[in-house]
Amino acid sequence: MSSLMSGARMLLECLQREGVDCIFGYPGGATLTLYDALYDHPIHHVLMRHEQNACFAAQGYARSTGRVGVCCATSGPGATNLVTGLTNALMDSIPLVAITGQVISKLIGSDAFQEADTFGITRACTKHNYLIKKAEDLPAILHEAFYLAASGRPGPVLIDVPKDMFACQVHYAPVSTIRLPGYKMNIEGHAGQIRRAAEMIWQAEKPLVYAGGGIILSGASDELRELVETINAPAVLTLMGLGGLPSWHPNFVSMPGMHGSYAANMGMTHTDLLISLGVRFDDRVTGRLSAFAPHAKVIHVDIDPAEIGKNRAADLPIVGDLKHVLRSLCEALRELRPSMGELKAAARQAWNAQIAQWQQEHPLVPAVSDTEIKPQHVMKEIDRISDGRAIVASDVGQHQMWAAQFVRFHEPRLWLTSGGLGSMGFGLPAAIGAQIAHPDKLVFAVVGDGGFQMSIPELATLATYALPVKVVIVNNGYLGMVRQWQEMFYNNRICAVEIETFPDIEKLAGAYGFKGKTIESPYELAAALEEAVKDPGPYVLNVRVSPYENVYPMVPSGGALYEMVFGPPEPAAVPATK
Amino acid sequence: MLQVISLLVENKPGALMRIAGFLTARGYNIESLTVARTLDPSLSRMTIVVDVDPSLREQVIKQMNKPVNVLQASDLTDTRSVVREMVLMKVRAPLEKRTAVLKEAEIFGARVIDSSLDGFALEATGDPEKLDEFIDIMRSYGEFEIARSGIVAMPLKTKKLRLAPPVPAGLNNMHITQGKAK
Repeated sequence: MSSLMSGARMLLECLQREGVDCIFGYPGGATLTLYDALYDHPIHHVLMRHEQNACFAAQGYARSTGRVGVCCATSGPGATNLVTGLTNALMDSIPLVAITGQVISKLIGSDAFQEADTFGITRACTKHNYLIKKAEDLPAILHEAFYLAASGRPGPVLIDVPKDMFACQVHYAPVSTIRLPGYKMNIEGHAGQIRRAAEMIWQAEKPLVYAGGGIILSGASDELRELVETINAPAVLTLMGLGGLPSWHPNFVSMPGMHGSYAANMGMTHTDLLISLGVRFDDRVTGRLSAFAPHAKVIHVDIDPAEIGKNRAADLPIVGDLKHVLRSLCEALRELRPSMGELKAAARQAWNAQIAQWQQEHPLVPAVSDTEIKPQHVMKEIDRISDGRAIVASDVGQHQMWAAQFVRFHEPRLWLTSGGLGSMGFGLPAAIGAQIAHPDKLVFAVVGDGGFQMSIPELATLATYALPVKVVIVNNGYLGMVRQWQEMFYNNRICAVEIETFPDIEKLAGAYGFKGKTIESPYELAAALEEAVKDPGPYVLNVRVSPYENVYPMVPSGGALYEMVFGPPEPAAVPATK
Repeated sequence: MLQVISLLVENKPGALMRIAGFLTARGYNIESLTVARTLDPSLSRMTIVVDVDPSLREQVIKQMNKPVNVLQASDLTDTRSVVREMVLMKVRAPLEKRTAVLKEAEIFGARVIDSSLDGFALEATGDPEKLDEFIDIMRSYGEFEIARSGIVAMPLKTKKLRLAPPVPAGLNNMHITQGKAK
């Protein structure tokens, strides 16, 4: 069965075969033929206002659904504008397929108008990339791209398509098989290793589950919960893993790391068995690596063998997909329970009590004031309204950490954040992607005043598609996280972080045709948020928060996790007079 | 410390760029890199020498196994393997030194591939350290130019090649190999 059609049409057919219902993009000269084919094609195209935001929106879509996000840009500047988004997806292992136009094949290498070496430029920011040389190759490559993006350790895959490949007429025969002989994957995990892991777990006195983004990517949150309940051990979730275990779960401690809780970081420091699941021992989690989890043996489960032993040596490595490995691990644990389950029961009870005590000693409590709005208070209110169920897309900076500390997530795929790359400007476009995928869900874009101004153009996208995203700007008039570091580590020399100039949000939102409001009093906060949520359309709530609030606890860069700072330094004590 | 890696790679556009990029992105210095087709023209054999701390050797191999086009990456540093390099050199040899130069060449098993009034062009093959010695000696004869090929290596014991089986196309928008999202 084969039929004659244009390369562009063929590409759309293949996208449809992959179940793609919507793509995020921005057209241009090199993709004209593709857009011409989209004109009467059922695939929905969401026109963003910048290619970078198209890439972020596709990731919001991908993260909130678990499906592959698709974005599209033209050659040259369109393609180079994708680079930040692709790097972001690579760092956070987000399944993404990017399609870029390229100048016509004959002109490649001639420095043609809007030509860039996209294939070369994106080598370092994709899991894999392709340059189409023959239109006949398009179907096989497109299906390969989806397979690579979604399977194993997910990631972004880019296909660069010269303009003539979109235009030429070729016989399309659906591809039935993908052949990637070098793309090997371990899914199940080594049975012997899993059994040994189960033995180690029952023998541990102070086990700690350290779970990350891999849990979400693998769809293994039920299995994680089963593990945690089977062994009744405390669990910390990284920034990327939030929602992997319901926030209400009694075994859930909180996020560890630079802005993690005291209990989580003390847990990391004192555990004798770190059960590491889909994590990569990021420097923001471990603090000074040589002082990280100094007493712990490490079980490390990851689908990417290169992650194991990269930063911290694993005593017991398991390469496999978490959903499968955790199922087998729980089974092995249950089998061994009669003989081993009670071995360390007393010690483990004491360990759980210890964790609870640490939680009581320094709980994460949101600061609240009756004269000004504390940013933590904003998060607490968002949390109250969300009740663990809303999608929250964050930007990057102080507000991101406060959101991670105080907003609860009872399910995976609700918390969308730029973890690895930390790209400002991620929040609003990611929220757009999530709202497109979940038209009936409450979606917050929680952003700082810095990141918001990087993504302001996308207010037009909100208006165009009438997306009821609730944009909450945590506005302190500063690039707060940078200022916090200047205060703490650069002698308080505050440089280039004041961004007091900010648009009148009511007028700005009004100019786009929807509602916006600025509030300053803590007594307005709850009502204003409720009003925003009740409004059927997009809404921008500009919350003027106390300008000098900083994120605590904090492990200073290069410090060990137990060297946490809980607040600003006390004013120097007056020296006693003689 | 030098690590010798042998890679079996699909002959696909960008494969070389990707592999070199994976190494440089992790901060590993490439000392030499050779690449040519195998008996199967769709595959290439690459020999890469990198300068890394011995503790990172395993990580380097894992990184080298990651590019989609790499079928197999093996560390030849400590395995039984043959390692050879070729050097071409131009030696300036006035009449009174010609015999001495030829004698040295003979000792190291080098072949004369060109001879002129100015001197010789020589070709030598051997293990890299031996070539270093040869080069040092020939240098002492005066004006000198060389081109080295970089190392070509082969393990003496063949490692079984594990390949990924074909998978059906067109169903991958959901994680088919992994747990579904919902």
